Order: sequence, then structure tokens, then C-alpha cells
Amino acid sequence: MGMLASLWRTMMLGTKSLLLHPMRSGLTVLGIFIGVASVIWLLAIGEGISLEAQKQIASLGARNIIVRTVKPPSEVLGDARVAMYGLRHDEYDMLVDTIPQIARAVPIREVKRMIRFGPNEVDGRLVGSTPDYFQATKLEVDRGRILNAADVEKRKDFCVLSKEVAQMLFPYQDPIGRRVLLPENNDFYEVVGVLKHRTATAAIGGSFSAQDFTKDIYIPLTTMNQRLGRTVWTRRGGTFEGEEVQLNQITLRVHRTEDVIPASQLIKDALRVHDDKMDVDTVVPLELLEQAKTTRMMFMVFMGLIAAVSLLVGGIGIMNIMLATVTERTREIGIRRALGARRSKIISQFLVETITLSIIGGIVGVLAGLTCPWFITRGRDLLETVLEEQMEALPASVTNMVPTIVPISIPIAFGISVLVGVVFGIYPAIRAARMDPIEALRHE
Amino acid sequence: MTAAVMATDLVKDYVLKSETVHALRGISFDIPAGDYVAVMGPSGSGKSTLLNLLGCLDRPTAGTLILGESDVAVLNDNQLSDIRAQRVGFVFQSYNLIQQLNVVENIQVPLYYQGNLGREEKQRCRDLADMVGLGDRLKHRPSQLSGGQQQRVAIARSMVNNPYYILADEPTGNLDSVTSGEILDLFDQLHEQGRTIILVTHEDDVSERTGRVIRLMDGEIELDKRLKPLRNGSPSSSATADLDDEIVMGAESAEDLETNQQGGNG
Repeated sequence: MGMLASLWRTMMLGTKSLLLHPMRSGLTVLGIFIGVASVIWLLAIGEGISLEAQKQIASLGARNIIVRTVKPPSEVLGDARVAMYGLRHDEYDMLVDTIPQIARAVPIREVKRMIRFGPNEVDGRLVGSTPDYFQATKLEVDRGRILNAADVEKRKDFCVLSKEVAQMLFPYQDPIGRRVLLPENNDFYEVVGVLKHRTATAAIGGSFSAQDFTKDIYIPLTTMNQRLGRTVWTRRGGTFEGEEVQLNQITLRVHRTEDVIPASQLIKDALRVHDDKMDVDTVVPLELLEQAKTTRMMFMVFMGLIAAVSLLVGGIGIMNIMLATVTERTREIGIRRALGARRSKIISQFLVETITLSIIGGIVGVLAGLTCPWFITRGRDLLETVLEEQMEALPASVTNMVPTIVPISIPIAFGISVLVGVVFGIYPAIRAARMDPIEALRHE
Repeated sequence: MTAAVMATDLVKDYVLKSETVHALRGISFDIPAGDYVAVMGPSGSGKSTLLNLLGCLDRPTAGTLILGESDVAVLNDNQLSDIRAQRVGFVFQSYNLIQQLNVVENIQVPLYYQGNLGREEKQRCRDLADMVGLGDRLKHRPSQLSGGQQQRVAIARSMVNNPYYILADEPTGNLDSVTSGEILDLFDQLHEQGRTIILVTHEDDVSERTGRVIRLMDGEIELDKRLKPLRNGSPSSSATADLDDEIVMGAESAEDLETNQQGGNG
């Protein structure tokens, strides 16, 4: 109790001394303030980006293994008139038949196509697949129905639209039961369902952009193969280029999470023939998730280093000011020594003053740190209106990121600020206590 | 009669580079409790050195300096600090109040370093401020007070720990003659109460008001002359005696003093 009362007195005295020079004390505190606030801000932003990235990866499905066709470089492709590459149907059958861990497999073929209804047009993506596709990619139906096994069996000309495509083609009408036109093939498809909005997933297949579902129109794979044929012709620079890709993607799902890694190894082995052709990429969301966690750790360490540097600078600022203060208050030190202060009392007086400064800096810094989510969100909204294009160029994990205060960062930042006060306050305090009281009293 | 200080063959040398300065060359004197002494001498005479030794701010090179039961020569830094906090009252030429503290807080400082600052002690600090005539300015800062008022605060502060003696270094040096007179009146008053006062001065009209003059010259006592007889058997003698008792017993609070006085009267 006596100790506490004495500490309290020393703290009050320290505060009084600091208030004698409010401007100087304020500037001294600034270093610690910026250091602490930046620790909390950087960690919150890092955590936000990391959570967003993990969310996107998780939306790929933790038990999924995605095998995707990528267009190989032209020197590998050669200059044949029809470029043949990618996953084939027989490979799909082989994977399903030979790998026991596989619970479900979804073959997917995608072709860029114009979609038209009346005067409305969308530059869309025609996706041929099986009914499992919707569940595998977590697409939910909003109106009507999704495709079913019978549609695939009978090669029906039914289609399901993404919410955005439906809105663009049918701004004022109910799309269900209407027929949309694919003018390049002169084909009609009857709309049987419209999906709910689906946020983009993490980037896969070697591209940086996220998987976007907003331009999709889904039809049975069987119908697609029958109507479009094997080779897809596109006009480019006045000549036609043919491309034969049987399957753009196979999404495989294993029974248990533990199966992911062994199954992915089997799949990679089975598709080894593609290694030289460089036309297949295997994406394992679980691995991505692990990578994201490692990245997060590295990010945290990196941020910690930056914050440590700023706190170091703040600490040196404090030490500088305290050394000046000690010199300036030499006489006061002499008086106190003459009146019976032991050296340890002088040390504690100046140390408490420094720590009070750094604690104030710490508290204000923590408060400023807590405003991070608010400021970042507002700031981003502002940037999105002012610099629309530049903001769109940023990856989704940045633009959709919600800064998340890491709870542990608050005590850590605060603790470090106190530690900085002790470490950088001890030397000026010892210098103060070492003074000869006679010399100090003589000091003008 | 108990001595407040006993100095025997006190030597203080300062080593400056290759040269040794003999500031005090073995001086001896006693100051009995209740004495009022002026230490005089030109600059370089060893006056300041003696003051530092009496103030327990420094240790003698040789000889003994006995305060109560302790020999200052053998104390370490912490013990010196403690003895300053408990046994010495300082009054300086330039007042030396702490600027960020108000009147009553300045008076409390020695008690704070004694680790002895309770409700009673705080009340005593207010009483002391009252006694020196600053009872209505307890919350004023030194910068809001005149020089004379600041010196009064310093005097109140010097008494707060019931010291063996009050050590006043040119206490009127910064004051005009009227204010100086008032401050010296206050010292007279303290002396009446039985306090021991050691006053360093170079002004004859100041030293004339004391009871004894010690004049230093080149590190030796040139003159030790009693001007007035040591108060003994005067009406305030019981208080003086009790103060001595109190010092011997090591009691510190005013309450103890009062108890002793009652005992003495009865």
C-alpha cells in the first residue's frame, strides 16, 4: 500500500513536470504514439487481407482438388491450325475409375460466347457441366431450378443464368421459360433457372484474377459437346483459329480432408504426360490455405519489424528529450538530493516520467489503432469514387478486405511502449542520479 | 549539554589533476544544541567546504564529524541521503524551491524522502507554512511568490524534519535589507524556540545577530568567538531540553514533541 501510494505520488509528480512543457511532451509522445498505432494498424490490415484470402481459398472447397487446363506457351503449342491441348474425357474417366479417394468429380468445359436476348447482349462464358457443378462451386439457385441428371442424359437445350447475366438480358422480364440466343452458333437455350450472386473465389489456374462467376451461363456438358463440336473456331485478326479443348477443368472432391494430399499426389502422377506440354495445372485449395497461413506469419514478422523500427525511433526521441530534461533540471536534482533523496529515488522519478510519457503514447496509440477499420473503410470508399480504375486493378483480397484488429496486438503494442519507456529512460535517469549534489546545486 | 555537531581534526582535500587543494586543514569545533552560529570567511577560506560537510553532502578526507550518533566520515551515499532527509535542514541563498510544486508540497519534500508522509505530517507542513506567515498561500507556486516569501517557504521546509540544525547558506544574499531583516527575525524566532542554526554569511550585520561567530581563513579556524551566552535557564529552556531529548530518542513527529513538553512541564 505504501509502495503504491509512493508510486502514485511519483507518477503525479512526473505528470506535473511533463505538463510544464506540454508541447515538448506532446512531441515526445508522438514517436511512441505513431509506433503503437502503426503496430495495430499494420497487423489489422495484414489480418484483414489474410482473412479475405483465406475466405476465398476456403470457398474453393477445402476437400476439393482442381485440375485445370491452361493454354500452353506458343512455342510448346506449335503452329498447327487447330491447337489441341488440355484435359481429355478419357483422362477424366481414368481419374474417376482409378483413384479411390474421389467422392465426386465434375467435368467442366468453358467457351467464351456472346449471349443475346432481344436487343440485350452479354459477352459471356458458356459453361458445360454436370448437375454436381452447382454444389461443387457452391452456386445456389435463386429462381427456377438447376440442371439435373435427366437434362444431361437427354442433352436438353436448357440453361441456367448467373444473376448478373439474367439482369443484363432481362432487365424487365422474368427470364424463366424464355429462350436466349447464342448468335455465333445460332442456337437457342431455354432458361430454367437463375442463380444467386456468388462472390469471386481466389485465383486459380495460374492467373492472378479471381474466378468470376458473373458472366456465366450453364448448360449440360453433353448438349455443349453435341452442339459446339470438338473444335471451337474464333476469328482473330482476319483469320480463324481453331482450338480443341475437351475439358477446361475437372473439380474433384475427396471423402475426407486427410485424403486431399495423397489424392492430389495420385492425380499429379496420373497426369504426368501433361508436364512437358505445360497445359494442365493442379490446384489444391488446402495447400493454398497452408501457404496463406505461412504468408500470414511472414507478413506478421515483417510488420513487426517495421513497427519495431518505428518504436525504436520513438524510443530514441524519448531518450533525447529526457537527456535534455535531466540537464535542464540539474538544479532540481541537486535540491532533491540535498533534501535527502537517495539515488534510487532520483532514478525512479525520471524513469516514472519517461514511462508516463510512453504509457500516454501507448494509450493514445492504442485508441488511434482502434480507429483503423473505420478509417480504412472510409478511405477505400473515397478512393473507389475518386480513383475508380486504379482501385479495380487491385486484387480482390485487397479491395474486399475488412481490417480486423488482432486482439493480441493491443497488449503487445502497449507492453512494448512501456518497455521502450524503461529501456530508453534508464540511461537518462541513471545520469541524473549520478550527479554530484554539490555540483548540481551550483548549476545555474 | 548535547552537541548537535562535533568536529574533530576535520580535513578535506580536493585533488585537481596533479595538484591537491587543502580546503580544510584539520579544524575542530563543537556546536551544542540550541546554538546560533555564524560561519564567516572570505572566499577560498573553506567556508563552502565546511558547509558541504555539515550538510552531509560530502565526506571529510580525515577526522571525524559526529552528528548525533553517526560519524559522517564513514557513511555511504544512501546513509548520507537518509541523514540529510532526517537530520539536516537546508536554507539556500537562492531559495531552491522546486518550481513544479506548490508551497505546501515543497515543505513536504524531505518527509517524502523519509518515507514518512501521513495525514499528521501533512497537517504539520500546513502549520509550518502558517508559522512562517504563508498560511494563505499554500497552493501558490514558487514563481507566484516574492523572494522573501520563497525564503520563508525554504525555512519552513528546513524545519519539517525536526533537524539537528538548520544550515543556512547566505539566506539573505538575494534579498533587500527590509526583507533580510524579516528573514533574520524569523531565524531569531526559531532560535528562541530552541532550534540550532548554522548560518554562513560574509555580512557583519548578519553575523552580529547570532550568538557565536566562527571565522575561517585558509582552511583553518581563525576565530571562534561567542557573542551572546548560550541560552540556559531562560523561559524557553525546557523546550530546548526537550528538543535534545527528542533528538536522542530519535522521535520525529510533532506529537512526540508535545508529549515530551507535557512531561517536562509536569
